[in-house]
Amino acid sequence: MDFKTFVFILMTSVLVNNYVLTQFLGICPFLGVSKKLNQATGMGVAVIFVMVLATAATWPIQNLILVPLKLDYLQTILFILVIASLVQLVEMILKKFLPSLHASLGVYLPLITTNCAVLAVCKNSLTNESVASSAAPFVTALVYAFACGLGFLLAMVLFAGVRSVIEHSKPPRCFEGVPITLIAASIVALAFSGFGGIAENLFK
Amino acid sequence: MTQLKNLLRGIIVENPVLVLLLGTCPTLAKTNDVKTALGMGIAALLVLVCSNTVISVLRKVIPSNVRIPCFIVVIATFVTLVEMLMHAFIPSLYDSLGIFLSLIVVNCIILGRAEMYACKNGVLNSAVDGLGMGIGFTLALVCMATIREIFGLGTFFGLEIPFIKDYTLPILTQSAGGFFVFGLLIAIVNIFLNRTNKKPRQEFGCDGCPSAAGCTKTSCKTEGE
Repeated sequence: MDFKTFVFILMTSVLVNNYVLTQFLGICPFLGVSKKLNQATGMGVAVIFVMVLATAATWPIQNLILVPLKLDYLQTILFILVIASLVQLVEMILKKFLPSLHASLGVYLPLITTNCAVLAVCKNSLTNESVASSAAPFVTALVYAFACGLGFLLAMVLFAGVRSVIEHSKPPRCFEGVPITLIAASIVALAFSGFGGIAENLFK
Repeated sequence: MTQLKNLLRGIIVENPVLVLLLGTCPTLAKTNDVKTALGMGIAALLVLVCSNTVISVLRKVIPSNVRIPCFIVVIATFVTLVEMLMHAFIPSLYDSLGIFLSLIVVNCIILGRAEMYACKNGVLNSAVDGLGMGIGFTLALVCMATIREIFGLGTFFGLEIPFIKDYTLPILTQSAGGFFVFGLLIAIVNIFLNRTNKKPRQEFGCDGCPSAAGCTKTSCKTEGE
């Protein structure tokens, strides 16, 4: 995999096809844990970690076990179980050997177990064009997972900033809480839609 | 009569999308047009009814320590079934739902109902509860898709609407419009909740969520046993 592919995947996944703001994956943590900047950052880093790890586990399962045995239809069941047990395992390992890291990331790990963004990364990394056409598909798949997680982190951090301003505003009563948060998210998403086409025009 | 009440609870009072604020991802992503929204809702409804029924049947067999993985296996089985059936018989809908069809497996409405209701109640009650919640989910999706399709594309169910189609707001069919319309809908629901003196949920995420107990590792207390 050359450097150009790497930058291309990074730009498409972080800016153009941002998982949260343009594909609507992982909305629950995006709206739920974005109230404080440090929480949002912690959640974002934990998501990157789990996404790369889950892709590292599910990509070989799909290509070395399911496809040769023609068991593709078991994909959904197997992936969700593998991800869930992997997250549990990582949490136990962190708790035992790296308690300081567990203290900062550990609380977010169980929350991500059934996060749709993680399952979506595992599935998308199997069908993504850049990954499929790459000479080293496994490494490219990992880069893709990392880039998607990075996009999630960026969206979380940006939105945490927006929300800290909303906290001090006083919207009409029926807009208090969730509705005004969603309207703010729509404006952030609008900003991101301005990135449409940037990667294609830069690289092709 | 109690069954009717049970059914209506999922549709109106505890509407999973608009009141409980669950299953936000498909609500935002698959409501560009009414056809896709209806397909998404019905797929989730089928999975919800089947998984609720099976989990309720097996509720005395499943040991409570490993129940969440068991629920996930049951749900994933039905998701795969629905996925394969739709691929075979309605390929156009299968393509437009894309990855969100298999993501039904991580939809918190379904795991939430399994944990909150089906593992404590009888088979018939659980099936009716699943049906009510499924219809509530479908109606909310269709309601939101109607707004986005009429004002964003100037059509309804693929049919052109004469006057509005000259004055469309294409932004409503994009991601920003999804967040915006959902925000407006919840604000409208909040007006009604405030009038009836019910407190609308202030937060997304697991804190105030009624299914939070279901998603985290608290024990499932079986009632009436």
